[in-house]
Amino acid sequence: MNGRRTAALPTPVALLFLLPAAALFAVFVLYPMATALTYSLFSWRGTAQEAFVGLDNFVALLTTEPYRSQLPRAFAHNGLLFAGAMVVQNSVGLLLAYALHKRDRLRRLFQVLYTMPYLVSPLVVGYLWSLLLSPLFGPVNAALRAVGLESVAQPWLGDPDTALWVVVLVTAWQWVGFPLLIYGAALGSLDPTMEEAAMLDGASSRQRFWHVTLPMLLPVIGTVSVLTFIFSMEAFPIPYALGGSNGSPAGATDVMSLLFYRTAFNSGASNAIGISSAVAIVLFVVIVGVSVLFTRWFRHVERGLT
Amino acid sequence: MRRYAAVRGPGTARVLVNRAAVNVVLWGYAVVALVPLLIMVWNSFRSDQELVADPLGLPVSPSLDAYREAWVEASFSTYFLNSVLVTTASVALSTAVSLLAAYALARSRSRLMAVIEQVFVSGLMMPVFLMIVPIFYLLDTIGLASTRTGLILVYAAVSIPFSVFVLATFLRQLPDELEDAARIDGAGPLRTFWSVLLPLVRPAVATVVVFRFVPIWNDFFYPLILVRDRAQYTLPVGLTTFFGEYQTSWSTLFAGLVIATLPLVVLFLVATRQIVAGLTAGMGR
Repeated sequence: MNGRRTAALPTPVALLFLLPAAALFAVFVLYPMATALTYSLFSWRGTAQEAFVGLDNFVALLTTEPYRSQLPRAFAHNGLLFAGAMVVQNSVGLLLAYALHKRDRLRRLFQVLYTMPYLVSPLVVGYLWSLLLSPLFGPVNAALRAVGLESVAQPWLGDPDTALWVVVLVTAWQWVGFPLLIYGAALGSLDPTMEEAAMLDGASSRQRFWHVTLPMLLPVIGTVSVLTFIFSMEAFPIPYALGGSNGSPAGATDVMSLLFYRTAFNSGASNAIGISSAVAIVLFVVIVGVSVLFTRWFRHVERGLT
Repeated sequence: MRRYAAVRGPGTARVLVNRAAVNVVLWGYAVVALVPLLIMVWNSFRSDQELVADPLGLPVSPSLDAYREAWVEASFSTYFLNSVLVTTASVALSTAVSLLAAYALARSRSRLMAVIEQVFVSGLMMPVFLMIVPIFYLLDTIGLASTRTGLILVYAAVSIPFSVFVLATFLRQLPDELEDAARIDGAGPLRTFWSVLLPLVRPAVATVVVFRFVPIWNDFFYPLILVRDRAQYTLPVGLTTFFGEYQTSWSTLFAGLVIATLPLVVLFLVATRQIVAGLTAGMGR
C-alpha cells in the first residue's frame, strides 16, 4: 500500500477492539474444535469421558455393526449426490448461464427467477418436494397422469430405487442458481474477441462452446466442483426432510450427516460420543483431503492445457 | 453478434431457429424453477379436500384456515418469534463484534494482528459436525443448554470469520485520510471509529447482515441438536416436529412452509442487488 499509514492503531488499542470477537470465537469455535479432536480418542459412558483408547473408536467404526455396513453405504450415497450434482446441477447451470450470456434482454429477470429456489431454506425445499411427490395428492403424479404418463407415476420417495435420485434432483433444483450465477459472472469477464475470431474462422456455435469458451472456463469449473463436493458431503437438511433421520426407505437416502446425527444423538449407545466423533473426523478428513488433492490435480491439468 | 449473423446470409434462418430454441430452454426452465414455489403458495389457500380432489387445481375459494391452524394450533407464532429473536440478535451481535475486530485488523500494522486474522479466516471452513458435540456439552456446562441465548452466542461466533473477512477487506480499501484528520482534531480511536468510519462502512455492513441473516434464519442443524425445549424452537426445527404431527393436514403443511419462507422473500425484495452482487463477488476472475 502507500507506506504511510499514519492512522495505524497502537497494538494495545487494537487488541481492545479485537477482544469481544476473539473471546466469542475462542469459546464457541476454537475450544470446541480443539476438544472435538480428542473426543474420538477416548471411550465414553454417556457424557462421562473414560479411558484413552487411541484409535479404537475408528476401528469399531469399521468393524462393528451397524457402522460397518452403514458407513460405506452412507459414503457411497454422498458420492452419488456429488456425481449427480456435477451431472445435473452444474451442467444445467452452465448451459443456462451460457444461454443467458448470449442475450442482453431479460437476463436479470431470468437470473432472479432461477435463483429463487436457492433463497428458500433447504429444509423447506425438502418438505415442499415431499408434499409435491406425495402419492395421495402430489401434483407431480397428477401432472404425469394428466399427460398420459400414468405408468410413470409412482411413490417416488417410497421406492428405494428412486428415492436417492429424488434427493439428487431436488438438490439440483434448489442449487442450480449457484453455478448459474458463478458461470454467468465468469462468462461476462471472458475476452469476447476469442469467440469472435473463432466465429470468423467459421466455427459452429457448438465448436465455439467446446473449444473456445469451455477451456477458458476451466478454472471456474474447478472451483465450482470443489464447492459442490464439499456441499454434497455435508448434505443434511434435504435428505433429512425427504427421508427422515434413518434415511428411509430402507436406508436408501442415508448420508454421512444423518449417520453422524443418529450415532451421536439417537443411538442410545453408551459410547455414542466416541464413535460419532470418529465419524465426524473421518468425514472431515475426506472432505479436506479430497478437496486439496482435487485442487492440486486440477491446477496440474490447467497448466497442461495453457 | 447480430453483425456477424447479418454478414453470413445463408445462416440467418439457422440463427433464428437457434434463438427460438434458446428461448424455449430459458422460459422452460423458468417454469421449472418457479411453478413448485407457486404451488406451495396457492395450495396453502386450499382445503385438504380440494387438494385430494384436484391436485393440480387453483385456489377457487381461497381460505386462510390453514394459516390460522399453523399459526395458532401448531405454535408457529412461537417458532416465528424465536426465529426473529435468534436471527436478529445473533446477526447484530456478530456484526458489532466483527466490525470492531475488522477495524483493529485493518488499521494495525502489528504481526500479532496478522496471525489473529489468519485464525479468524481459517474458521471459514468450519467442520460443523466435528464441533457440534463439544458445543452441546459446553452449553450444558455453562447453563445455556436448550436456550435461545446459547443459540444466539453460537450463531454469532460461527458468523465471525465471514463477517470479519468481508468488513476487514472493505475497511482496507477505505482511504485513511479521514481518520488522520479526525485524529489531528483530537478524536480518540473509539470516537474515530464511531463518527468517521461507521457511516462509511454501511454498504459492507448491509452485505454482512444480509449474508448472515439468510443462513441463520434457514439453519436447522444447530437448533435441532442444541435446543430440546419446544418453547425455544426456531422455525426450521419447529417445521420438523410439525411435519411429524400434521402429516395429514396438507394445506396446513403448505402454510407452514410459506410462513417459514416469507421473511426471506421480504429480505430478497429489499436487498436483491446486494444478494446477486455478493453471491458472485470475487468469482469472476
